[in-house]
Amino acid sequence: MKVDKTKCMYCGSCVGTCPKNAIFLEETNIVFNRELCIECGVCEKVCPVGAITAE
Amino acid sequence: MRYDVVVVGAGPAGSRTAKIAADNGCRVLMIEKRQEIGVPVRCGEGVSKKGLKELGIEPESSWIAADIKGARIYAPNGKHVLLSEEQAGGEVGYNIYRDIFDKSLAKQAGKSGADIMLKSSVFEVIKENNKIKGVKVKSMGENLEIKADVVVGADGFESQIGRWSGIDTSLKQNDVVPSLQYTMTNIDYTEYNDFYIGSVAPGGYAWVFPKNNEANVGLGVQLSKIKERGDVKKHLDRFVEKKFPNGKIVRIVAGCVSVCAPIEKTVGNGVLLVGDAARQIDPLTGGGIINALICGTIAGEVIGNAVKKQEFNETLMEYERRWRAELEDKLYRNWIAKEKGTTLSDEVFNKIIEALSGYDFKKISTTEILRGIQSKYPELMKEFEGLI
Ligand SMILES: Cc1cc2nc3c(=O)[nH]c(=O)nc-3n(C[C@H](O)[C@H](O)[C@H](O)COP(=O)(O)OP(=O)(O)OC[C@H]3O[C@@H](n4cnc5c(N)ncnc54)[C@H](O)[C@@H]3O)c2cc1C
Repeated sequence: MKVDKTKCMYCGSCVGTCPKNAIFLEETNIVFNRELCIECGVCEKVCPVGAITAE
Repeated sequence: MRYDVVVVGAGPAGSRTAKIAADNGCRVLMIEKRQEIGVPVRCGEGVSKKGLKELGIEPESSWIAADIKGARIYAPNGKHVLLSEEQAGGEVGYNIYRDIFDKSLAKQAGKSGADIMLKSSVFEVIKENNKIKGVKVKSMGENLEIKADVVVGADGFESQIGRWSGIDTSLKQNDVVPSLQYTMTNIDYTEYNDFYIGSVAPGGYAWVFPKNNEANVGLGVQLSKIKERGDVKKHLDRFVEKKFPNGKIVRIVAGCVSVCAPIEKTVGNGVLLVGDAARQIDPLTGGGIINALICGTIAGEVIGNAVKKQEFNETLMEYERRWRAELEDKLYRNWIAKEKGTTLSDEVFNKIIEALSGYDFKKISTTEILRGIQSKYPELMKEFEGLI
Protein backbone atom coordinates (compact mmCIF):
# COMPACT_ATOMS: atom_id res chain seq x y z
CA MET A 1 0.00 0.00 0.00
CA LYS A 2 1.37 3.36 -1.07
CA VAL A 3 -0.26 6.61 0.05
CA ASP A 4 0.12 9.78 -1.96
CA LYS A 5 0.38 12.28 0.87
CA THR A 6 -0.37 15.16 -1.46
CA LYS A 7 -3.84 13.66 -2.03
CA CYS A 8 -4.62 11.97 1.31
CA MET A 9 -7.39 13.68 3.33
CA TYR A 10 -6.70 11.59 6.46
CA CYS A 11 -10.39 10.69 6.50
CA GLY A 12 -10.01 7.12 7.81
CA SER A 13 -12.01 5.44 5.03
CA CYS A 14 -9.24 2.90 4.41
CA VAL A 15 -8.70 2.37 8.15
CA GLY A 16 -12.30 1.36 8.89
CA THR A 17 -12.62 -0.76 5.76
CA CYS A 18 -9.37 -2.78 5.86
CA PRO A 19 -10.45 -6.38 6.61
CA LYS A 20 -7.18 -7.11 8.43
CA ASN A 21 -6.90 -3.94 10.48
CA ALA A 22 -3.53 -3.28 8.89
CA ILE A 23 -3.97 0.51 8.66
CA PHE A 24 -3.95 3.01 11.52
CA LEU A 25 -4.48 6.75 11.40
CA GLU A 26 -2.59 9.02 13.72
CA GLU A 27 -4.02 12.50 13.38
CA THR A 28 -2.34 13.23 10.04
CA ASN A 29 -0.18 10.18 9.51
CA ILE A 30 -1.19 6.88 7.96
CA VAL A 31 0.59 3.94 9.59
CA PHE A 32 0.58 0.74 7.55
CA ASN A 33 1.41 -2.71 8.93
CA ARG A 34 2.77 -4.67 5.97
CA GLU A 35 2.78 -7.96 7.89
CA LEU A 36 -1.00 -7.96 8.31
CA CYS A 37 -1.78 -6.94 4.71
CA ILE A 38 -3.34 -9.63 2.46
CA GLU A 39 -3.17 -7.46 -0.66
CA CYS A 40 -6.93 -7.47 -1.24
CA GLY A 41 -6.80 -3.99 -2.78
CA VAL A 42 -9.91 -2.71 -1.02
CA CYS A 43 -8.02 0.32 0.38
CA GLU A 44 -7.31 1.49 -3.15
CA LYS A 45 -10.99 1.33 -4.09
CA VAL A 46 -12.44 2.84 -0.93
CA CYS A 47 -10.24 5.95 -0.90
CA PRO A 48 -12.62 8.77 -1.97
CA VAL A 49 -9.83 10.79 -3.59
CA GLY A 50 -7.75 8.00 -5.09
CA ALA A 51 -4.69 8.59 -2.92
CA ILE A 52 -3.86 4.89 -2.44
CA THR A 53 -2.07 2.46 -4.74
CA ALA A 54 -2.34 -1.12 -3.57
CA GLU A 55 0.64 -3.25 -4.53
CA MET B 1 -3.81 7.66 35.85
CA ARG B 2 -7.12 6.12 36.86
CA TYR B 3 -10.70 6.94 35.91
CA ASP B 4 -14.06 5.19 36.17
CA VAL B 5 -14.57 5.64 32.45
CA VAL B 6 -12.36 6.38 29.46
CA VAL B 7 -14.16 7.55 26.33
CA VAL B 8 -12.13 7.28 23.12
CA GLY B 9 -13.21 9.87 20.53
CA ALA B 10 -14.81 13.28 21.03
CA GLY B 11 -17.45 13.23 18.29
CA PRO B 12 -21.16 13.39 19.17
CA ALA B 13 -21.17 9.81 20.49
CA GLY B 14 -18.17 10.37 22.77
CA SER B 15 -19.16 13.79 24.10
CA ARG B 16 -22.70 12.66 24.85
CA THR B 17 -21.56 9.49 26.60
CA ALA B 18 -19.00 11.48 28.60
CA LYS B 19 -21.55 14.11 29.63
CA ILE B 20 -24.25 11.67 30.72
CA ALA B 21 -21.79 9.38 32.54
CA ALA B 22 -20.36 12.43 34.38
CA ASP B 23 -23.89 13.61 35.22
CA ASN B 24 -24.42 10.17 36.76
CA GLY B 25 -21.48 10.56 39.08
CA CYS B 26 -18.65 8.93 37.12
CA ARG B 27 -15.08 10.20 36.87
CA VAL B 28 -14.69 10.46 33.11
CA LEU B 29 -11.79 11.09 30.74
CA MET B 30 -12.49 11.71 27.05
CA ILE B 31 -9.51 11.25 24.72
CA GLU B 32 -9.38 12.72 21.20
CA LYS B 33 -6.53 12.38 18.75
CA ARG B 34 -7.22 15.61 16.92
CA GLN B 35 -5.83 18.94 18.02
CA GLU B 36 -9.24 20.58 17.71
CA ILE B 37 -12.59 18.93 18.37
CA GLY B 38 -14.79 18.72 15.28
CA VAL B 39 -12.03 19.69 12.84
CA PRO B 40 -11.75 18.68 10.05
CA VAL B 41 -15.49 18.15 9.51
CA ARG B 42 -16.47 14.79 8.04
CA CYS B 43 -20.19 15.25 7.53
CA GLY B 44 -23.02 16.56 5.32
CA GLU B 45 -24.19 18.43 8.40
CA GLY B 46 -27.92 17.76 8.11
CA VAL B 47 -29.70 16.99 11.37
CA SER B 48 -33.30 16.39 12.42
CA LYS B 49 -34.96 19.00 14.62
CA LYS B 50 -37.23 16.39 16.07
CA GLY B 51 -34.25 14.22 16.96
CA LEU B 52 -32.51 17.07 18.80
CA LYS B 53 -35.70 18.01 20.62
CA GLU B 54 -36.30 14.47 21.83
CA LEU B 55 -32.76 14.46 23.21
CA GLY B 56 -33.31 17.75 25.01
CA ILE B 57 -30.50 19.43 23.04
CA GLU B 58 -31.30 23.14 22.74
CA PRO B 59 -30.62 24.60 19.30
CA GLU B 60 -27.84 27.23 19.47
CA SER B 61 -27.65 30.00 16.87
CA SER B 62 -23.87 29.54 16.67
CA TRP B 63 -24.19 26.13 15.00
CA ILE B 64 -27.36 26.56 12.95
CA ALA B 65 -26.44 27.28 9.35
CA ALA B 66 -29.87 26.88 7.79
CA ASP B 67 -33.44 26.07 8.75
CA ILE B 68 -34.67 23.56 6.18
CA LYS B 69 -38.25 23.33 4.92
CA GLY B 70 -38.13 19.85 3.46
CA ALA B 71 -36.43 17.42 1.11
CA ARG B 72 -36.55 17.03 -2.65
CA ILE B 73 -35.66 13.70 -4.16
CA TYR B 74 -34.54 13.85 -7.78
CA ALA B 75 -34.89 10.98 -10.24
CA PRO B 76 -32.24 10.41 -12.92
CA ASN B 77 -34.56 12.08 -15.49
CA GLY B 78 -34.59 15.31 -13.45
CA LYS B 79 -38.14 15.03 -12.09
CA HIS B 80 -38.51 15.30 -8.36
CA VAL B 81 -40.79 14.65 -5.43
CA LEU B 82 -41.01 17.22 -2.66
CA LEU B 83 -41.37 16.12 0.95
CA SER B 84 -42.23 18.53 3.70
CA GLU B 85 -40.26 18.26 6.93
CA GLU B 86 -43.17 16.28 8.35
CA GLN B 87 -43.45 13.94 5.37
CA ALA B 88 -39.70 13.36 5.51
CA GLY B 89 -40.31 11.95 8.99
CA GLY B 90 -38.25 14.72 10.59
CA GLU B 91 -35.11 13.49 8.79
CA VAL B 92 -34.38 17.05 7.69
CA GLY B 93 -34.45 20.10 9.94
CA TYR B 94 -31.29 22.11 10.47
CA ASN B 95 -28.12 22.18 8.46
CA ILE B 96 -25.40 22.86 10.97
CA TYR B 97 -21.76 23.76 11.44
CA ARG B 98 -20.55 20.41 12.72
CA ASP B 99 -17.26 21.77 14.09
CA ILE B 100 -19.11 24.23 16.34
CA PHE B 101 -21.79 21.66 17.17
CA ASP B 102 -19.22 19.05 18.21
CA LYS B 103 -17.37 21.59 20.34
CA SER B 104 -20.59 22.61 22.03
CA LEU B 105 -21.29 18.98 22.92
CA ALA B 106 -17.74 18.57 24.25
CA LYS B 107 -18.13 21.71 26.35
CA GLN B 108 -21.29 20.25 27.86
CA ALA B 109 -19.31 17.14 28.78
CA GLY B 110 -16.61 19.34 30.31
CA LYS B 111 -19.17 21.36 32.24
CA SER B 112 -20.53 18.14 33.71
CA GLY B 113 -17.05 17.36 34.97
CA ALA B 114 -15.51 15.12 32.31
CA ASP B 115 -11.79 15.65 31.69
CA ILE B 116 -10.76 16.09 28.06
CA MET B 117 -7.41 15.26 26.49
CA LEU B 118 -6.62 16.39 22.92
CA LYS B 119 -3.91 15.47 20.43
CA SER B 120 -3.84 12.09 22.13
CA SER B 121 -4.11 8.93 20.08
CA VAL B 122 -5.17 5.68 21.75
CA PHE B 123 -3.03 2.92 20.21
CA GLU B 124 -3.80 -0.12 22.36
CA VAL B 125 -6.27 -1.44 24.92
CA ILE B 126 -5.01 -2.86 28.22
CA LYS B 127 -6.32 -6.38 28.83
CA GLU B 128 -6.09 -8.34 32.08
CA ASN B 129 -7.71 -11.76 32.49
CA ASN B 130 -9.78 -11.13 29.37
CA LYS B 131 -11.19 -7.90 30.72
CA ILE B 132 -10.45 -4.52 29.20
CA LYS B 133 -8.81 -2.47 31.94
CA GLY B 134 -7.82 0.73 30.20
CA VAL B 135 -5.96 2.18 27.23
CA LYS B 136 -2.49 3.17 26.10
CA VAL B 137 -2.24 6.66 24.66
CA LYS B 138 0.33 8.68 22.80
CA SER B 139 -0.35 12.17 24.12
CA MET B 140 1.66 15.07 22.69
CA GLY B 141 4.60 12.74 22.22
CA GLU B 142 4.31 11.11 25.63
CA ASN B 143 3.18 7.51 26.17
CA LEU B 144 0.61 7.15 28.96
CA GLU B 145 -1.32 4.26 30.47
CA ILE B 146 -4.78 5.05 31.69
CA LYS B 147 -6.67 2.55 33.79
CA ALA B 148 -10.47 2.51 33.83
CA ASP B 149 -13.37 0.21 34.72
CA VAL B 150 -15.12 0.96 31.45
CA VAL B 151 -13.62 1.83 28.06
CA VAL B 152 -15.98 3.39 25.52
CA GLY B 153 -15.11 3.11 21.83
CA ALA B 154 -16.65 6.25 20.33
CA ASP B 155 -13.91 6.34 17.72
CA GLY B 156 -16.02 6.72 14.60
CA PHE B 157 -15.97 4.88 11.27
CA GLU B 158 -12.27 4.02 11.59
CA SER B 159 -12.93 2.42 15.00
CA GLN B 160 -10.18 0.25 16.42
CA ILE B 161 -11.34 -0.12 20.02
CA GLY B 162 -13.92 -2.75 19.04
CA ARG B 163 -11.51 -4.81 16.97
CA TRP B 164 -8.76 -4.63 19.58
CA SER B 165 -11.28 -5.84 22.19
CA GLY B 166 -12.53 -8.76 20.12
CA ILE B 167 -15.78 -7.20 18.89
CA ASP B 168 -16.36 -7.78 15.19
CA THR B 169 -17.13 -4.47 13.47
CA SER B 170 -15.91 -5.48 10.02
CA LEU B 171 -18.04 -4.46 7.04
CA LYS B 172 -18.98 -6.07 3.74
CA GLN B 173 -18.31 -4.10 0.58
CA ASN B 174 -22.06 -3.67 0.05
CA ASP B 175 -22.27 -1.92 3.40
CA VAL B 176 -19.58 0.73 2.90
CA VAL B 177 -20.13 4.08 1.18
CA PRO B 178 -17.00 6.21 0.69
CA SER B 179 -18.03 9.82 0.17
CA LEU B 180 -16.65 13.16 -0.91
CA GLN B 181 -18.17 16.59 -0.46
CA TYR B 182 -17.39 20.11 -1.62
CA THR B 183 -18.66 23.03 0.39
CA MET B 184 -19.43 25.50 -2.36
CA THR B 185 -20.34 29.10 -2.76
CA ASN B 186 -21.67 31.05 -5.74
CA ILE B 187 -24.54 28.65 -6.41
CA ASP B 188 -28.32 29.03 -6.13
CA TYR B 189 -29.45 28.53 -2.56
CA THR B 190 -32.78 27.00 -1.65
CA GLU B 191 -34.58 26.05 1.53
CA TYR B 192 -34.56 22.37 0.68
CA ASN B 193 -32.14 19.53 1.11
CA ASP B 194 -31.84 17.84 -2.29
CA PHE B 195 -31.07 14.18 -2.92
CA TYR B 196 -30.15 12.73 -6.33
CA ILE B 197 -30.56 9.00 -6.81
CA GLY B 198 -29.56 6.59 -9.57
CA SER B 199 -26.41 6.20 -11.61
CA VAL B 200 -25.06 9.68 -10.66
CA ALA B 201 -23.98 7.91 -7.46
CA PRO B 202 -24.11 4.12 -7.91
CA GLY B 203 -25.52 2.46 -4.80
CA GLY B 204 -25.48 5.77 -2.90
CA TYR B 205 -26.78 9.24 -3.64
CA ALA B 206 -25.64 12.79 -4.28
CA TRP B 207 -26.79 15.58 -1.96
CA VAL B 208 -27.00 19.36 -1.86
CA PHE B 209 -27.51 20.75 1.65
CA PRO B 210 -27.68 24.55 1.68
CA LYS B 211 -26.12 26.56 4.48
CA ASN B 212 -25.70 30.24 5.10
CA ASN B 213 -24.22 31.55 1.83
CA GLU B 214 -22.73 28.14 0.95
CA ALA B 215 -23.89 24.59 0.42
CA ASN B 216 -22.56 21.10 1.02
CA VAL B 217 -22.49 19.30 -2.31
CA GLY B 218 -21.52 15.70 -1.84
CA LEU B 219 -21.79 12.21 -3.15
CA GLY B 220 -21.28 8.66 -1.91
CA VAL B 221 -20.84 5.45 -3.92
CA GLN B 222 -21.34 1.89 -2.65
CA LEU B 223 -17.89 0.32 -2.34
CA SER B 224 -18.94 -2.83 -4.22
CA LYS B 225 -19.85 -0.63 -7.22
CA ILE B 226 -16.51 1.17 -7.41
CA LYS B 227 -14.51 0.13 -10.43
CA GLU B 228 -11.40 2.24 -10.33
CA ARG B 229 -9.27 4.21 -7.97
CA GLY B 230 -10.70 7.71 -7.40
CA ASP B 231 -14.19 6.88 -8.76
CA VAL B 232 -15.96 8.81 -6.01
CA LYS B 233 -14.15 12.03 -6.88
CA LYS B 234 -14.81 11.49 -10.59
CA HIS B 235 -18.53 11.08 -9.93
CA LEU B 236 -18.64 14.20 -7.75
CA ASP B 237 -16.69 16.29 -10.24
CA ARG B 238 -19.08 15.24 -13.01
CA PHE B 239 -22.11 16.07 -10.86
CA VAL B 240 -20.74 19.48 -9.85
CA GLU B 241 -19.73 20.40 -13.38
CA LYS B 242 -23.26 19.70 -14.59
CA LYS B 243 -25.21 21.23 -11.70
CA PHE B 244 -23.03 24.09 -10.52
CA PRO B 245 -20.62 25.12 -13.29
CA ASN B 246 -20.05 28.50 -11.59
CA GLY B 247 -19.75 27.18 -8.06
CA LYS B 248 -16.52 27.74 -6.14
CA ILE B 249 -15.18 25.22 -3.68
CA VAL B 250 -14.27 26.56 -0.24
CA ARG B 251 -13.82 23.26 1.61
CA ILE B 252 -13.27 19.58 0.77
CA VAL B 253 -14.63 16.87 3.06
CA ALA B 254 -13.87 13.17 2.70
CA GLY B 255 -15.21 10.32 4.77
CA CYS B 256 -16.85 6.96 4.85
CA VAL B 257 -20.32 5.83 5.93
CA SER B 258 -21.31 2.36 7.10
CA VAL B 259 -24.72 1.22 5.82
CA CYS B 260 -24.93 -2.23 7.41
CA ALA B 261 -27.55 -4.15 9.34
CA PRO B 262 -27.13 -3.90 13.13
CA ILE B 263 -23.98 -5.77 14.16
CA GLU B 264 -24.09 -8.78 16.50
CA LYS B 265 -22.42 -7.29 19.49
CA THR B 266 -21.53 -3.83 20.81
CA VAL B 267 -20.55 -4.72 24.38
CA GLY B 268 -17.54 -6.71 25.59
CA ASN B 269 -15.99 -7.30 28.96
CA GLY B 270 -15.36 -3.79 30.26
CA VAL B 271 -15.90 -2.14 26.88
CA LEU B 272 -18.77 -0.78 24.82
CA LEU B 273 -19.08 0.84 21.40
CA VAL B 274 -21.18 3.89 20.58
CA GLY B 275 -22.05 5.77 17.36
CA ASP B 276 -20.27 5.04 14.07
CA ALA B 277 -17.90 2.73 15.97
CA ALA B 278 -20.95 0.56 16.74
CA ARG B 279 -22.19 0.94 13.13
CA GLN B 280 -25.36 2.67 14.31
CA ILE B 281 -25.78 4.88 11.20
CA ASP B 282 -29.14 4.69 9.42
CA PRO B 283 -28.31 2.53 6.38
CA LEU B 284 -30.89 4.22 4.13
CA THR B 285 -30.15 7.90 4.78
CA GLY B 286 -26.56 7.63 5.97
CA GLY B 287 -27.48 9.89 8.90
CA GLY B 288 -25.64 9.07 12.10
CA ILE B 289 -25.58 12.15 14.35
CA ILE B 290 -28.89 11.60 16.12
CA ASN B 291 -28.35 7.85 16.55
CA ALA B 292 -24.89 8.53 18.01
CA LEU B 293 -26.48 10.92 20.50
CA ILE B 294 -29.33 8.55 21.41
CA CYS B 295 -26.92 5.69 21.99
CA GLY B 296 -24.47 7.95 23.84
CA THR B 297 -27.26 8.93 26.22
CA ILE B 298 -28.12 5.30 26.90
CA ALA B 299 -24.44 4.38 27.28
CA GLY B 300 -23.86 7.19 29.79
CA GLU B 301 -26.82 6.13 31.91
CA VAL B 302 -25.90 2.46 31.88
CA ILE B 303 -22.27 3.22 32.74
CA GLY B 304 -23.47 5.41 35.60
CA ASN B 305 -25.36 2.42 37.01
CA ALA B 306 -22.42 0.07 36.53
CA VAL B 307 -20.06 2.44 38.35
CA LYS B 308 -22.54 2.88 41.21
CA LYS B 309 -22.88 -0.89 41.56
CA GLN B 310 -19.20 -1.54 40.73
CA GLU B 311 -20.41 -4.35 38.45
CA PHE B 312 -19.16 -4.25 34.88
CA ASN B 313 -20.52 -7.35 33.23
CA GLU B 314 -24.29 -7.83 33.42
CA THR B 315 -24.90 -4.14 34.06
CA LEU B 316 -23.16 -3.08 30.84
CA MET B 317 -25.29 -5.56 28.86
CA GLU B 318 -28.20 -3.27 29.62
CA TYR B 319 -26.72 -0.90 27.00
CA GLU B 320 -27.05 -3.59 24.34
CA ARG B 321 -30.68 -4.22 25.26
CA ARG B 322 -31.69 -0.60 25.48
CA TRP B 323 -30.20 0.77 22.26
CA ARG B 324 -31.51 -2.19 20.32
CA ALA B 325 -35.01 -1.70 21.74
CA GLU B 326 -34.87 1.87 20.48
CA LEU B 327 -33.20 1.52 17.06
CA GLU B 328 -32.64 -2.04 15.90
CA ASP B 329 -35.94 -2.61 14.05
CA LYS B 330 -35.66 0.61 12.10
CA LEU B 331 -32.00 0.03 11.23
CA TYR B 332 -32.77 -3.47 10.04
CA ARG B 333 -35.78 -2.41 7.97
CA ASN B 334 -33.82 0.43 6.38
CA TRP B 335 -30.93 -1.90 5.62
CA ILE B 336 -33.29 -4.21 3.70
CA ALA B 337 -34.67 -1.21 1.83
CA LYS B 338 -31.13 -0.05 1.02
CA GLU B 339 -30.16 -3.52 -0.21
CA LYS B 340 -33.17 -3.39 -2.56
CA GLY B 341 -32.59 0.20 -3.61
CA THR B 342 -29.02 -0.46 -4.69
CA THR B 343 -30.23 -3.01 -7.28
CA LEU B 344 -32.67 -0.69 -9.09
CA SER B 345 -32.04 0.81 -12.53
CA ASP B 346 -32.43 4.46 -13.50
CA GLU B 347 -35.67 3.60 -15.35
CA VAL B 348 -37.16 2.13 -12.20
CA PHE B 349 -36.06 5.14 -10.12
CA ASN B 350 -37.72 7.43 -12.69
CA LYS B 351 -40.97 5.56 -12.30
CA ILE B 352 -40.80 5.52 -8.52
CA ILE B 353 -40.35 9.29 -8.32
CA GLU B 354 -43.08 9.77 -10.91
CA ALA B 355 -45.45 7.60 -8.88
CA LEU B 356 -44.58 9.34 -5.63
CA SER B 357 -44.95 12.88 -6.95
CA GLY B 358 -48.59 12.17 -7.66
CA TYR B 359 -49.28 10.34 -4.43
CA ASP B 360 -50.49 12.04 -1.28
CA PHE B 361 -48.76 10.52 1.74
CA LYS B 362 -48.36 11.61 5.32
CA LYS B 363 -44.91 10.35 6.16
CA ILE B 364 -42.36 8.66 3.94
CA SER B 365 -41.68 5.04 4.76
CA THR B 366 -40.99 1.93 2.75
CA THR B 367 -44.64 0.88 3.08
CA GLU B 368 -45.89 4.26 1.87
CA ILE B 369 -43.48 4.27 -1.06
CA LEU B 370 -44.65 0.83 -2.08
CA ARG B 371 -48.28 1.93 -1.83
CA GLY B 372 -47.54 4.89 -4.07
CA ILE B 373 -45.87 2.66 -6.65
CA GLN B 374 -48.66 0.08 -6.46
CA SER B 375 -51.25 2.74 -7.26
CA LYS B 376 -49.45 3.93 -10.39
CA TYR B 377 -47.16 1.14 -11.63
CA PRO B 378 -48.49 -2.15 -10.22
CA GLU B 379 -46.28 -4.05 -12.67
CA LEU B 380 -43.22 -2.61 -10.91
CA MET B 381 -44.13 -4.33 -7.68
CA LYS B 382 -42.25 -7.46 -8.68
CA GLU B 383 -39.02 -5.47 -8.21
CA PHE B 384 -39.84 -5.22 -4.54
CA GLU B 385 -40.57 -8.81 -3.66
CA GLY B 386 -39.35 -9.57 -0.18
CA LEU B 387 -39.81 -6.00 1.00
CA ILE B 388 -43.52 -6.35 1.61
C1 LIG C 1 -19.40 12.56 3.97
C2 LIG C 1 -20.30 12.27 5.14
C3 LIG C 1 -21.53 12.93 5.24
C4 LIG C 1 -22.36 12.69 6.33
N1 LIG C 1 -23.53 13.40 6.43
C5 LIG C 1 -24.31 13.26 7.53
C6 LIG C 1 -25.47 14.07 7.71
O1 LIG C 1 -25.76 14.96 6.90
N2 LIG C 1 -26.24 13.87 8.81
C7 LIG C 1 -25.92 12.92 9.75
O2 LIG C 1 -26.66 12.77 10.73
N3 LIG C 1 -24.82 12.14 9.61
C8 LIG C 1 -24.01 12.30 8.53
N4 LIG C 1 -22.87 11.54 8.41
C9 LIG C 1 -22.53 10.58 9.49
C10 LIG C 1 -22.02 11.33 10.72
O3 LIG C 1 -20.95 12.17 10.36
C11 LIG C 1 -21.57 10.33 11.78
O4 LIG C 1 -22.60 9.39 12.00
C12 LIG C 1 -21.21 11.01 13.10
O5 LIG C 1 -20.08 11.81 12.99
C13 LIG C 1 -20.97 9.93 14.16
O6 LIG C 1 -20.43 10.45 15.35
P1 LIG C 1 -19.39 9.62 16.21
O7 LIG C 1 -19.18 10.43 17.44
O8 LIG C 1 -19.83 8.21 16.31
O9 LIG C 1 -18.06 9.58 15.33
P2 LIG C 1 -17.11 10.76 14.83
O10 LIG C 1 -17.85 12.02 14.72
O11 LIG C 1 -16.42 10.25 13.63
O12 LIG C 1 -16.04 10.94 16.00
C14 LIG C 1 -15.04 9.97 16.26
C15 LIG C 1 -13.86 10.68 16.88
O13 LIG C 1 -12.95 9.71 17.40
C16 LIG C 1 -11.64 10.16 17.19
N5 LIG C 1 -10.75 8.99 17.22
C17 LIG C 1 -10.75 7.92 16.37
N6 LIG C 1 -9.80 7.03 16.71
C18 LIG C 1 -9.19 7.53 17.81
C19 LIG C 1 -8.09 7.06 18.62
N7 LIG C 1 -7.50 5.89 18.38
N8 LIG C 1 -7.70 7.82 19.67
C20 LIG C 1 -8.30 9.01 19.94
N9 LIG C 1 -9.33 9.50 19.20
C21 LIG C 1 -9.78 8.78 18.15
C22 LIG C 1 -11.71 10.83 15.83
O14 LIG C 1 -10.63 11.73 15.64
C23 LIG C 1 -13.07 11.52 15.91
O15 LIG C 1 -12.97 12.83 16.39
C24 LIG C 1 -22.00 11.75 7.32
C25 LIG C 1 -20.78 11.08 7.21
C26 LIG C 1 -19.93 11.35 6.15
C27 LIG C 1 -18.61 10.63 6.07
